[in-house]
Amino acid sequence: MSKQHSTLVELKGSAFTLPVIHLRTFDLVGIKTELNERLSQSVSFFAHAPVVIDLGELKDTTLSCDFTKLKQLLRDVKLIPIGVYQCPEILHPEAIKAELAILKNGVSNKKNGSNTKSTIKQTSTNKVQVKIIDKPVRSGQQIYAPNGDLVILSPVNAGAEVIADGNIYIYAPLRGRALAGVMGDTTARIFTLSMEAQLISIAGHYRLFDEDPPVKVYTNSAQAYLEDKHIIVTQIP
Amino acid sequence: MSKVIVVTSGKGGVGKTTTSASFATGLAMRGYKTVVIDFDIGLRNLDLIMGCERRVVYDFVNVINQEASLTQAVIRDKAYENLHILPASQTRDKESFTIKGVGQVINELKDSFEYIICDSPAGIEKGAIMALYFADEALLVTNPEVSSVRDSDRMLGILHAKSKRAIDGIEPIKEHLIINRYIPSRVESGEMLSIKDIQDLLGIDLLGVIPESEMVLQASNAGVPVIREEESNSGQAYRDLVGRFLGEDIPLRFLEPEKKGLLKRLFGT
Repeated sequence: MSKQHSTLVELKGSAFTLPVIHLRTFDLVGIKTELNERLSQSVSFFAHAPVVIDLGELKDTTLSCDFTKLKQLLRDVKLIPIGVYQCPEILHPEAIKAELAILKNGVSNKKNGSNTKSTIKQTSTNKVQVKIIDKPVRSGQQIYAPNGDLVILSPVNAGAEVIADGNIYIYAPLRGRALAGVMGDTTARIFTLSMEAQLISIAGHYRLFDEDPPVKVYTNSAQAYLEDKHIIVTQIP
Repeated sequence: MSKVIVVTSGKGGVGKTTTSASFATGLAMRGYKTVVIDFDIGLRNLDLIMGCERRVVYDFVNVINQEASLTQAVIRDKAYENLHILPASQTRDKESFTIKGVGQVINELKDSFEYIICDSPAGIEKGAIMALYFADEALLVTNPEVSSVRDSDRMLGILHAKSKRAIDGIEPIKEHLIINRYIPSRVESGEMLSIKDIQDLLGIDLLGVIPESEMVLQASNAGVPVIREEESNSGQAYRDLVGRFLGEDIPLRFLEPEKKGLLKRLFGT
């Protein structure tokens, strides 16, 4: 806490949304042709984008792969490979040798795969689901809206916790904890008709309200959003 | 159709047992066949407050374990023939409770009683869960202070999650708020939460406000439910509350600080 301690580095966990390349083959020539074809349609979007290589859909796992060459291939099309996901254990040493991280416990939105040899997908979800709650959320209760927004029509009381992958809209006082964008969506916001929260979190960044009065907008309608890794709370309108 | 009503709060010492005793007595005074069950195994108090401590032979746990019949264990009140008490065991622990056992006892009581009042222990442990599990309605006793209101809020959540009605997915438990130990002068000076504050926080219907009164302690010690004290404010407030529960339109009383008259001002209280 105190500034006497070193503040040069800080290690923190954060969640990011990353493009994932699902490989169905180790045929490097085939991959290269297809990637070139696909990326030519959206060059700027994927330029220097970090990507994760997902081997979960690999057809033939007996094949060995030269990760160093695969990595160079991706570099050539201006992608920055950072790691492998669902990599068969037998290939771990190869991946580490090529300086690729082994990723575990990812969450992705699976659509029915096409028959092409490799595809690029965004892990963020396209379809927004909304969960609506019309009863008070009481102390000790927890509500989670996966893959979308959470709408609450009654108070969120002190000691209660409301969580969403997307935005949270509370048409009543927020007195408990609200966590939006928990899968890493930094654009998620929290809205309430009366801001009396104990804690607000957006995409893993959080803010406590232990000052007195907690915020300028205390008991007013307010929104919270993330700006430069800080949670900003402003009055609406 | 008999009704099972749980008197609960989460926090201890807010007046659950006092309320259970007075509420059950009030229903019996109105002519309803009423039984009040003490769920506070190991810390039984209800029989003390109801003034039948010395008449306990068998208890709730004996009945659950089929060591005694209900007719043997249930004590009839001396003042009101409609009022009955099923005391808790002082020597067992709450592990004696099973949903099956408690359910059987409550079902059997439904044959002969119109109202079954379950006096819940404090906390959110097994005893409290058992007391609310079979409830049709709940009296939530809270004091005008933050910690009590917070615990009541938690308890409302548990009513919605762990009661039989919630698990079966049928019409939820009907909740009534009782604000106990209310001191108007301290509310006015801002030391205590007001009725409006509490209702804003909990958002359930208010059944009654019981003013703080010395009479409650005296009555408890004497083993007389305070509702029988006609002269006391809290006794009258409990009578109003029972009337409201039965559907009568009775305005709230004792919400303003008592005005001291000239004589009282001169000579003190």
